[in-house]
Amino acid sequence: MFKIIKYSFYDLMRSRWSYIYFAFYLLLGFVMLFLNNNVSKAVITLMNVIVVLTPLIGTIFGVMFYYNSKEFTELLLAQPLKRTTIFIGQYIGLATSLSLSLVLGLGIPFLVYGVIESTVIWNFASLLLVGVFLTFIFVSLAFNIALSNDNKIKGFGIAILMWLLLAVIYDGVFLISLMLFNDYPLDKFSLIACMFNPIDLSRILILLKLDISALLGYTGAVFQQFFGTSLGMIVSFLVLTLWIILPVWRIASKAKKKDF
Amino acid sequence: MRNILFIAFLIFVFSLHAKQIEVCATCTIKSLKKAVEIAKSGDEIVVKKGFYKESNIVITKPVTIRGENNPIIDGGGLNYIFQIKSDSVTISGLKLQNVQANYTKDLAAIYISKSKYFTINNNTLSNIFFGILIEKSQYGEIKNNAISSITKQEYNSGNGIHLWNCNHMMIHGNKVSEMRDGIYLEFTSKSKIYNNISTKNIRYGLHFMFSDENEYYNNIFANNGAGVAVMFSKFIKIYRNKFVKNWGSASYGLLLKEINDAQLFDNVFDENTIGINTEGCSRINYKYNIFIRNGWAVKVSGACYANKFRNNNFISNAFNLSFNGRINDSDFDGNFWDDYAGYDLDKDGVGDVPYRPVKLFSYIVNKSPETIVLLRSLFVDMINFSEKVAPVFTPDNLLDNNPLMNQVK
Repeated sequence: MFKIIKYSFYDLMRSRWSYIYFAFYLLLGFVMLFLNNNVSKAVITLMNVIVVLTPLIGTIFGVMFYYNSKEFTELLLAQPLKRTTIFIGQYIGLATSLSLSLVLGLGIPFLVYGVIESTVIWNFASLLLVGVFLTFIFVSLAFNIALSNDNKIKGFGIAILMWLLLAVIYDGVFLISLMLFNDYPLDKFSLIACMFNPIDLSRILILLKLDISALLGYTGAVFQQFFGTSLGMIVSFLVLTLWIILPVWRIASKAKKKDF
Repeated sequence: MRNILFIAFLIFVFSLHAKQIEVCATCTIKSLKKAVEIAKSGDEIVVKKGFYKESNIVITKPVTIRGENNPIIDGGGLNYIFQIKSDSVTISGLKLQNVQANYTKDLAAIYISKSKYFTINNNTLSNIFFGILIEKSQYGEIKNNAISSITKQEYNSGNGIHLWNCNHMMIHGNKVSEMRDGIYLEFTSKSKIYNNISTKNIRYGLHFMFSDENEYYNNIFANNGAGVAVMFSKFIKIYRNKFVKNWGSASYGLLLKEINDAQLFDNVFDENTIGINTEGCSRINYKYNIFIRNGWAVKVSGACYANKFRNNNFISNAFNLSFNGRINDSDFDGNFWDDYAGYDLDKDGVGDVPYRPVKLFSYIVNKSPETIVLLRSLFVDMINFSEKVAPVFTPDNLLDNNPLMNQVK
């Protein structure tokens, strides 16, 4: 398994796309810090970018990588290797290399601008952590889609649709339902609804770090109790982990049964 | 010549009268209470360094009580320390401590009633119920005192400086912390409150009602449980104050209720849940204020007419403005909004496209507060944008026609 992780990781490290991805974040980090000239403000602006972009790039890379390395995968399948080892290995290799691009690409400019000495170091660290989580989640979702669809165009279509659904449409439906059922107590519902969308969950996790918790508390006791304590943090991270484990488990079971 | 003679005579008479009485452990007079009893009008009582367990010292004649090297006066429980019922009393340089909370009487370290021309300065008050409680008095000065306690609950705690039915008072240079309300004024007019620092009070840093024509300036209100609340007052001026870090689910930088004809300028609102919450306020001018890192910079709740916002800075707030309802009678002009996305072709520093301070999302959050969980989501940015292009829900005349391109300095 480690060999496969290593091969797919090195393969990606050599590929142009990882460098472009890395360079993009590097540029983004520097430009943002140059424009804001203030580390803490840049962290807030960065949040919007991370929450929307890392899922998108994770999805596209995941689907692309699977279809591109299909022949190599078939070659590997001919070897005496376990199927789960091959697919999980590829998945981990890809997700790690993407996360590395993200962490290095954003880490370097912020280090240059002195994030270590500033007070927002933990905010920044949690931002990166959430970015890594999102990458792992969306690459695994993309692998799932690609495994289930042999048609490339269809696979890409569904992957993009999934991103659109989770990043935009979900929030829209969520917002409308909150407004429609305004007369009912909604705080528990909205808590649960957040848990079902990794993008929403990560966004709220970062917002909590950025001290919006008081704003949330404004709406009702349930929010404050949940998000105001470390319990909320722990539960949220557990749910994010679950968002990785479940799709990965499905990759494994799907790969076992799939007819190549 | 006769004048000089008269003045000389006056000085002579005063030097005869204004005695100095010393109080200390080794003096002939060992108790402050005794000293006050034997003192005549205009005398000065000097309290030397030491520990005095005394309470309920009633002052009925104009005397000066001065502490040397911070003598400690310990109230020791359920009683006032000083009760001042005369004009022209001065109390300075004392350390007053231990006044217990009471549910029937407003016990205070210094209680002043129906007095004029008094001065309370450079005292330190600690572990007390009410700090300085003043009723029906005029022309008093309260300066450079440090007042603190260790209050936990609202129901069994008192206010730092409490004024009821007074006028022409000067309150300045005081530090008040961990009381119920830092500075409290009721029916108090024509007074000046400046250079005070009011922090960590469990309710309000400053609270006043029915207090007209007062001026509040250069004060700092930070980390108070509910910020600053001012109500039912007219013709007040609030300027150069700082309202900082009043974070909490029911916390305001400044809560304005039924305030009319007021001037608010050069204030800084930094990191408050709600910078200014205004309700039923009319004819208020907001100028040169800075709103930075607040949840809501300004929240307008209703029945507010003819308010003017000019040359204010709005920077890094989650919401710049929240409006209840579609009717707007406020006038925004020439402010700096950090999320203004317009352009300035003629380079005169004023944006060429009007700015809409009310976002659709802030309107939605007003309607159903739970939607706040969607703050900063992509979908919310999209609906905000579409509302900006074609306003449907937000008041369409609510515009800043001359948004500034750069911060007001």
